[in-house]
Amino acid sequence: MYKYDEYDQRIVNERVAQFRDQTRRYLAGELGEDEFKPLRLQNGLYIQRYAPMLRVAVPYGLLGSAQIRKLAHIARTYDKGYAHVSTRQNFQFNWPELKNVPDILAELAEVEMHAIQTSGNCIRNVTTDQFAGIAPDETVDPRPLAEIIRQCSTFHPEFALLPRKFKIAVTGAREDRAVLQMHDVGLELFRNPAGELRIKVWVGGGLGRTPILGSVLHEELPWQHILTYIEAIVRVYNLHGRRDNSYKARIKILVKALGIEEFKRQVEAEWAFQKEGPNTVTQAELDRVARNFTAPDYAALADADAGFEAKLAEEKGFANWVKRNVHAHKQPGYRAVTLSLKVTGIAPGDITDRQLDIVADLADKYSFGELRTSHEQNIILSDVKLGDLYALWQEARAAGLATPNIGLITDIICCPGGSFCDLANAKSIPIAESIQRLFDDLDYQHDIGDIELNISGCMNSCGHHHVGHIGVLGVDKNESEWYQVSIGGKQGNDASLGDVIGPSFAADEVAGVVKRLIDVYLENRTPEERFIDTVRRIGHVPFKARVYADRQPGKQKVEA
Amino acid sequence: MSNLIKLQNGTATIVAEDAWQIVRVPVGEVEVKKQAGKVVLFKLTGAESATPEQVAATVVPAGKVLLPLSVFLARRAEFASRLAAGEVGVWLETHELVETLVAAQAELNVFPLIAVFIERFADGRAYSMASLLRSRYGFKGELRALGDVLRDQLFFMKRCGFDAFDIRADRSAEDALASLQDFSEPYQGATVIEQPLWRRHAR
Ligand code: SF4
Repeated sequence: MYKYDEYDQRIVNERVAQFRDQTRRYLAGELGEDEFKPLRLQNGLYIQRYAPMLRVAVPYGLLGSAQIRKLAHIARTYDKGYAHVSTRQNFQFNWPELKNVPDILAELAEVEMHAIQTSGNCIRNVTTDQFAGIAPDETVDPRPLAEIIRQCSTFHPEFALLPRKFKIAVTGAREDRAVLQMHDVGLELFRNPAGELRIKVWVGGGLGRTPILGSVLHEELPWQHILTYIEAIVRVYNLHGRRDNSYKARIKILVKALGIEEFKRQVEAEWAFQKEGPNTVTQAELDRVARNFTAPDYAALADADAGFEAKLAEEKGFANWVKRNVHAHKQPGYRAVTLSLKVTGIAPGDITDRQLDIVADLADKYSFGELRTSHEQNIILSDVKLGDLYALWQEARAAGLATPNIGLITDIICCPGGSFCDLANAKSIPIAESIQRLFDDLDYQHDIGDIELNISGCMNSCGHHHVGHIGVLGVDKNESEWYQVSIGGKQGNDASLGDVIGPSFAADEVAGVVKRLIDVYLENRTPEERFIDTVRRIGHVPFKARVYADRQPGKQKVEA
Repeated sequence: MSNLIKLQNGTATIVAEDAWQIVRVPVGEVEVKKQAGKVVLFKLTGAESATPEQVAATVVPAGKVLLPLSVFLARRAEFASRLAAGEVGVWLETHELVETLVAAQAELNVFPLIAVFIERFADGRAYSMASLLRSRYGFKGELRALGDVLRDQLFFMKRCGFDAFDIRADRSAEDALASLQDFSEPYQGATVIEQPLWRRHAR
């Protein structure tokens, strides 16, 4: 957990006061709709289909139990008794009233939380690997540098009104779980052969209407220059990014238009002036920030536990859960545990106030009071003793939080879509539910194995459908809701963007289409292949052929 | 009534009198660009501001004048003595480049005043332009924000080096003063307050 000092707290408090005044002026008619819009967005406040939506920042997905209890309290007091984990690890409330938002922000400030820059055309809150600090394959803990970037970008005066949103992700592990190439800037921390901390800088990735994976801008940036280098990138973007068309305003379009070589030349020319400036980071500052990330007081344990092994052999349900929901940890004798928020019939990522309180209790009891949100929209207890897993499983199961489906087909990543979002072309939550129902059988799910299925309600791609092994995108055709299906997308080190398999489908067809895709996989897979591997080996043709086999446009629907 | 706020030695006041006259090129054919039926609000970097005819037809009065960049560039010979007398300032639009001005006039401190005209308050290019004028090109005179200048952007403008703010006519400059104080200890180093928080205070 990052602990605030007096300055962090003061900045957040001043923000609450500022936004309270802005909201007052807006409600009093002193501030126009257009003028208020960027102000509220930079406090995470959207005006949605039915009510405002407030997006609360969860930096690096790290939360303490007191913060979770506060979120439960807010859900109960100001909302309809639930909250939602977003695909960027933040918490969202779907039903707050605008006039109450300053009070909500004040309540959040009491537990060192805020909604700063969770939306709007600014540098968004920085994300990292959800297992940062506990992953066994981690070479550098990305959180201190990510926090240094967060502080620099918080109310950065020069970059408060960029052409479009700007997202930065940082990772220090061998496996890229932060999806660097999907970000405006992706930072890969590593140590060179001399043991020095270096950064590989990626630029110009992004999903949306024009999905592009990032390109390498710098192979080996010394970490001290992290801020000045980012400032050089953002300055070039701020001055030269397009502002005449919001679909062409992301940095990826500028990088593509200039070409990575010319873009790099401009950044380097800009950086030459700023390099070694006051924002150059020192070892002392890095160490200071690192100290503010408190580490749990781990016990010295063996990495085995007889009681755990016995339960594993005895109970298949427990074994299934361990197989899917329990993850390796760098501290011997500890594991990270995912509490699934993907229960059939409940919108992916939704959690009730009651469950939030239970999660907080579980964290206190089993995980040093610490937990995390994942970009797959689940909650992770980060530091659980092996010997406690069985007891935790029983309690989590009673609370409906132990569905053993992490990484399986029902662990769907899904944006709020047309049920809430104003920009949607189509609903996404009912599609997720129809797929979850069709694949409800757990043995079947485990047989299918690792797969990522992502759903977005429109081209803004909040559900990251481009990088889903199966991606579903809501499209608008003659004022009705249709769905485009793609396969072959993947996040991680060997990221790829999915290809659309053909004409789109009606809502009631989508689950059947997914079933056919899975059938082709099951018939063709080799024993060690995951869905994505089979797609990559045999190509799209067999999948397309099966899906469209008996389909005559407009007549025969695909049936499950 | 003036709506001009000036910062002097850290104190902001509304100034009653301002001798500078803002010179504009005569209105020509306005090309309305549309995208998906909506009027495009931003000009791209590198777009032409005015035609040679408009520049030539621009009337420049006697006294202190704030010239459009295009007029200064095309007709600077006319203003040599007035420039030496400190009666000429220049204003840029946000799609114009600071580098264009610097290429024509490397020493910016011949101008007592440079202004950036912000057509839409959401156009953050003005922030980078101010930062460049101050920190890279060493401009020490008055740096004024013109146009769609609203109180909720003032704190950022101040930190980028603007020290004069011509608040949009339909808004109260008096009310706007408060927003200059929105934050007491910003995190990052920038043009104004160059040192980041951790270099200013022991944290
Ligand atoms: S992808 Fe579209 S529909 Fe879904 S949340 Fe984002 S903007 Fe809304």
